[in-house]
Amino acid sequence: MSGRFGSRAVVLGGYLLAAVVLFGAAPALLSDFRLRLLAQFLCVAMVAVGIGLAWGSGGMLTLGQGVFFGLGAYIMAMHLQLSDAGPGGRPAFMVTGSGLPWWWELFRNPVTAVLGIVGVPALLALLLGLGVFRRRVKGAYFAILSQASAAAFALLLISQQNTIGGSNGLSNFRQFFGFALSDPVNRRMLYFIAAGVLIAMVAVVHQLRRSRYGELLTAVRDGEERVRFLGYDPALIKVFAYVVAAVFAAIGGALFVPIVGIISPNNVGVVPSIGFLIGVAVGGRATLLGPVLGSLAVSYAGSTLSENFESVWIYLQGLLFVLVVAFLPGGIGSLGGVLRGRRRRPGGVVGEGIGHGPPGPPLVDDAGPERAPADARGGGA
Amino acid sequence: MRQDYLEIRGLRVSFDGFVAVDGVDLTVLQGDLRFLIGPNGAGKTTLVDAVTGLAAASGSAKFDGTELLGQKEHQIARAGVGRTFQTASVFEQLTVLQNLDIAAGSQRRRRSLLRARATVPDSVQLAMETTGLTTLRDRPAAELSHGQKQWLEIGMLLVQNATVLFLDEPVAGMSAEEREQTGELLRRVRRDHVVVVVEHDMEFLRAYADSVTVLAAGKVLAEGTYAQVQADPRVQEIYLGPGSRGPGHQAVH
Ligand SMILES: Nc1ncnc2c1ncn2[C@@H]1O[C@H](COP(=O)(O)OP(=O)(O)O)[C@@H](O)[C@H]1O
Ligand SMILES: [Mg+2]
Repeated sequence: MSGRFGSRAVVLGGYLLAAVVLFGAAPALLSDFRLRLLAQFLCVAMVAVGIGLAWGSGGMLTLGQGVFFGLGAYIMAMHLQLSDAGPGGRPAFMVTGSGLPWWWELFRNPVTAVLGIVGVPALLALLLGLGVFRRRVKGAYFAILSQASAAAFALLLISQQNTIGGSNGLSNFRQFFGFALSDPVNRRMLYFIAAGVLIAMVAVVHQLRRSRYGELLTAVRDGEERVRFLGYDPALIKVFAYVVAAVFAAIGGALFVPIVGIISPNNVGVVPSIGFLIGVAVGGRATLLGPVLGSLAVSYAGSTLSENFESVWIYLQGLLFVLVVAFLPGGIGSLGGVLRGRRRRPGGVVGEGIGHGPPGPPLVDDAGPERAPADARGGGA
Repeated sequence: MRQDYLEIRGLRVSFDGFVAVDGVDLTVLQGDLRFLIGPNGAGKTTLVDAVTGLAAASGSAKFDGTELLGQKEHQIARAGVGRTFQTASVFEQLTVLQNLDIAAGSQRRRRSLLRARATVPDSVQLAMETTGLTTLRDRPAAELSHGQKQWLEIGMLLVQNATVLFLDEPVAGMSAEEREQTGELLRRVRRDHVVVVVEHDMEFLRAYADSVTVLAAGKVLAEGTYAQVQADPRVQEIYLGPGSRGPGHQAVH
């Protein structure tokens, strides 16, 4: 929508501005500590960019992105621990005597580690997505299912004390692909990598949104049945966005590990999964920049507030979410449209929309036509 | 020229023992504007659902030699059978052009989907002209009038390359003028399509139907031209009650 009026110059200017802020102003103005914090927020924002695509454009309320974030993070953490341990070595936390599991060994090589960070979550999202979308599970059911997967994933990690660090998680990384993490220059490089990756992700989503695929995804969100009768298989359309969102979350998780220095089940369960979503909802899930800006703002507010009132923030976060969903379902990014709509109403152009609350896409994808046969046939295959 | 036709034999749909469509035979040829009428609950929509894959059915429904029953909705659509819904179901957040472009695109190669549309496809341009929506090209569908939405739906069927068109009550809720335009549109479309229109409105039927099939309680009650069907006492009975003489021209529901 936003691209329709925006000329190329405006778009290029936007990216230029982002680059100037992230690559010029922020490193010049912020202390090392603040810059590290910003880098952490950028990683979380990567998850948000993916959610913006899957949820905002595609109507899939992805309440379990912690799974993919966690997969990327843990694979990276395993690789970093193994490279700290040196050739043939084993991570320090493991009880001596027990063998190193084969799936640790997979990620000793830097190439397979990077491939794993992208490939494992992508494959999981593909299988999960096809299974779920082919069976026409959607709306709240999809949301609950994805949330349950995050809960199960966190429990699984906690139960694996000796192989994956249990509830302590993995920490104490000394180097990142050969660069010492104690060196401030290398930490700054990590920040630049995160900034560059985030901008690239926004650009990918930008292109997807303006492509024919993006229009199709929106069509599936608003009328999955109708798309089916046009000769498309909506499951394939949805699963692509779902996989992209999963990969973005995993990359965010993978960069989070060397930047923050620890990954534990606390970062991947239900609560962080919902946390990823709040910024997207607040910023405006159906807009290009709403998710990334909303996520950064919520992260910033969270860290500022929880420095002083740790316990208050979690409630405040919940309240913010409820308020946005109740009163501004399109998020802050939709505010312009809402106000414009108000102004236009007296003229009667909007007609049918009157009294139905602010315009915007439905919270989740549609429940199908009035007589959708949500019956036995779906569960067959 | 080859003439396409739709051939339905012994079609039967039951919902938990309730038989909504009960052994229907129906053959519709290209160039024949066929109307499917019948009282509420006769099974008209269910028949369309069955042939387009939305309701499980037994019997046979063949188009172009291909059995449609048992296939998935999107496979049936690709085989050339399209439909509209009783309640207009265009993509409200997308523009007229975007709606039509999506309808035209199910055969596009996957890779090409990742690019933005560079030019308006010819078929889309033609459909906008046929349905009179050219000037509304960049309007979101949500802003269209009820009639315009139905035309957009028909346009989507045309660009979809459907040869068999099922239209479920396309003129319900339209003004007299919109009805007339829709009727003319259907006349233009029928030449190279197999068209089945589910309709209640007798006036509209009389003006535009080439042939009529009357459905009642899931069975075909009568079939023929408007005049033949109108003269059938059994049809008069279900529409006007026993003892009535000659159907009136009011809309019957
Ligand atoms: N999904 C369904 N489940 C149960 N009964 C249904 C279903 N769909 C339709 N019916 C029943 O089948 C009969 C035919 O309905 P329908 O085809 O909608 O009639 P028409 O379109 O001719 O008005 C009605 O009695 C209706 O209640
Ligand atoms: Mg009906």
